Amino acid sequence: MLNINTSLCKGCSYCIKFCPKKILEMGTERNKHGHFFPYITNESDCIACAMCATICPEGAIEISKEETNNG
Amino acid sequence: MAEYKRPESLKKTPSGFCPGCMHSLATKLIAEVIGEMGQANNCVHIVPVGCSTLNLAYWQGDLLGAAHGRAPAVATGFKRSNPDRLVFAYQGDGDLAAIGLAEIMGAANRGENFTVIFFNNQTYGMTGGQMAPTTLIGQKTTTTRNGRDAETTGYPMKMCELISTLEAPAFVARYALNTPKGCKDAKKAIRKAFEIQMAGKGFTFIELLGNCPTNWGLSPLKTLEYMESNTIPYFVPGVYKDKYKDEVK
Ligand SMILES: Cc1ncc(C[n+]2csc(CCOP(=O)(O)OP(=O)(O)O)c2C)c(N)n1
Ligand code: SF4
Ligand code: SF4
Ligand code: SF4
Ligand SMILES: [Mg+2]
Repeated sequence: MLNINTSLCKGCSYCIKFCPKKILEMGTERNKHGHFFPYITNESDCIACAMCATICPEGAIEISKEETNNG
Repeated sequence: MAEYKRPESLKKTPSGFCPGCMHSLATKLIAEVIGEMGQANNCVHIVPVGCSTLNLAYWQGDLLGAAHGRAPAVATGFKRSNPDRLVFAYQGDGDLAAIGLAEIMGAANRGENFTVIFFNNQTYGMTGGQMAPTTLIGQKTTTTRNGRDAETTGYPMKMCELISTLEAPAFVARYALNTPKGCKDAKKAIRKAFEIQMAGKGFTFIELLGNCPTNWGLSPLKTLEYMESNTIPYFVPGVYKDKYKDEVK
């Protein structure tokens, strides 16, 4: 499961650039510090490769093993 | 499946760095290694002068402030009197390669048993983007308006290459933070450096090629390409010295 801590995000877009599945996109909303932040378009395509989390300068992306409840 | 958890050595609040600044990325990678090694309560982050001072409000753990360029001297004193602590100085290129050139060369030459992590963003970020000794030829800064000219300011200084010519240093390596692969290589090198230090085997030096989107005048994404085509060809990543490479662990 992918979790973006949007209040830590600074909108650099590095995670979007390096996601091999191209499932991260920049949103249109701003966080309380004025930064745009990304969202995941299709979580079921996420392969949990952690490229996004590795390059995120702010440590804003966390990946855990629990599956999302798609039911 | 990979798992990723934000390291505990970072405060739970946003960093003070500009959007896309790789100081933040470097700090996070160091924090990850510290966490994986179980050293969060044993490490001491020596803070110099430059944008790295923003870590004073971001790093969760022991910090020690040094005067401009003097982090290796402060680290020498601290580590000699506290040999069991994991000590690392995290210095910018203006701090390390300009005002602090004597201190870094001295500490490296004495083989002091601590780690220096050198963040090279080819400019004085904090003071508004002046030329640093590492600024590339042709690079425009606030003090090289038409681009750095070797005729009047010399050539960008290659610190890994210089330090690796000294007898004492144990491990010297350089990696670039503009791709996930570069980040992973950098992390491995930081881990190796910290392990060498904890085994009491001497001076370790890791150079991290980074950016300064604000003073380069580029968007964070554009700095990734700039680094690929300008920074990396000149400051070639790799291991420059590895004294214990042939030792079986
Ligand atoms: C003795 C002294 N001289 C000059 C300064 C001004 N000063 C502050 S930061 C800095 C340069 C920092 O550049 P660098 O080490 O590359 O750090 P960056 O901000 O780029 O990470 C200078 C010259 C100072 N604080 N103290
Ligand atoms: S873990 Fe990999 S696939 Fe999933 S969002 Fe991040 S980069 Fe994309
Ligand atoms: S890499 Fe991190 S800080 Fe940058 S946009 Fe993605 S989540 Fe935000
Ligand atoms: S001024 Fe440059 S080096 Fe300093 S925090 Fe901003 S982007 Fe990073
Ligand atoms: Mg600098």
